[in-house]
Amino acid sequence: MQWRALLQIRQTLETPEMDTLLTPTAKPHPMPADWRDFFTLTKPRVMTLVIFTGICGLLAAPGSIHPVLGFTAILAIAMGAGGSAALNHWWEMDLDAGMKRTANRPLPSGRMLPKDARDFGIFLSVTSVGLMGVAIGWLAAASLAVAIVYYAVIYTMWLKPRTPQNIVIGGGSGAFPPFIGWIAVTGEITLMPVLLFAIIFMWTPPHFWALALFMKSDYAKVGIPMMPVVAGEKSTRTQILVYTVLLAPVAIAPWAIGATSWVYGSVAVVLSLLFLAFAMPVGTRTRADEDAMQPEKTLFKFSIYYLFALFAALVADRLLENNGLIGGGMFA
Amino acid sequence: MTPEEEAETKRRQKARNLVVGGTLLFFVVLFYMITIARIGGQ
Repeated sequence: MQWRALLQIRQTLETPEMDTLLTPTAKPHPMPADWRDFFTLTKPRVMTLVIFTGICGLLAAPGSIHPVLGFTAILAIAMGAGGSAALNHWWEMDLDAGMKRTANRPLPSGRMLPKDARDFGIFLSVTSVGLMGVAIGWLAAASLAVAIVYYAVIYTMWLKPRTPQNIVIGGGSGAFPPFIGWIAVTGEITLMPVLLFAIIFMWTPPHFWALALFMKSDYAKVGIPMMPVVAGEKSTRTQILVYTVLLAPVAIAPWAIGATSWVYGSVAVVLSLLFLAFAMPVGTRTRADEDAMQPEKTLFKFSIYYLFALFAALVADRLLENNGLIGGGMFA
Repeated sequence: MTPEEEAETKRRQKARNLVVGGTLLFFVVLFYMITIARIGGQ
């Protein structure tokens, strides 16, 4: 009888389920992620815009900053943006796996463990705020902390999966770099950094919704309530037009309030008119199936050039004024 | 783990160590320069 009982136990232990439970190497040991994958987590392409607008805020601000401290401020902004981007990767791993554009990112492709991405994001975020506080000042550091929490928590974790206005709200996080760059130099929050914030805030919806129009199917597949998916194309097109109209006075405001000269003013007027001209066909048309969304693609591309050119004009204005080539504005 | 996987793991660990080491060195130099800049500004 005893051998029968022993045989029964052995048979139980030799089932595939028990094998999986008992074998210590049931799951293959994951390979450590390549350092390039950590770099990818920081969204380097988005980072270029963050660094550019941050530098513009820094250079356009009245006053001066030691080059080493200026470099450190931009580095801290970039690290903060990278940290919050890594947290975004970690939180949206499942969604990314369902979209063609994002399926090959380090987490959904399985090249990295989720906890590594999370820890990397937290480490970068905390270090960036500390660096900004110690080297530049705690007002700039507090703004950076707000920007990180805004993007990683308020936008990514809370509002993005819940509201079709996610892009409007998310625009706020992208609007922080020139704001922080400016107050890194001045050490105070005045009207101009708030206007720089407002420019990017108003620019984001037409920029991103143009992309969302021709990437609609991807977002629909993973259940993100992007405007074209939830409210439909017609409503999205109207809102692109509304935000483009609202962006124009905000972009021209720095000149209108006398904070910049005619150099920035004329560039802002021309660029805003062009933006309107590109947004008009996107906003007014009803059928978009015959030209593969060409006007939407053109608007998306132009919106990127628009922001680069507008901020470059802001810096050029300040440099010309500092060299005595033009008169300064009343906030100069 | 196959010998190829083991070699790849070692290569990645070495590359990561070099990047971390380089980053630490960069921050040592940066903090030195920040200190000099801030002392000079006072």
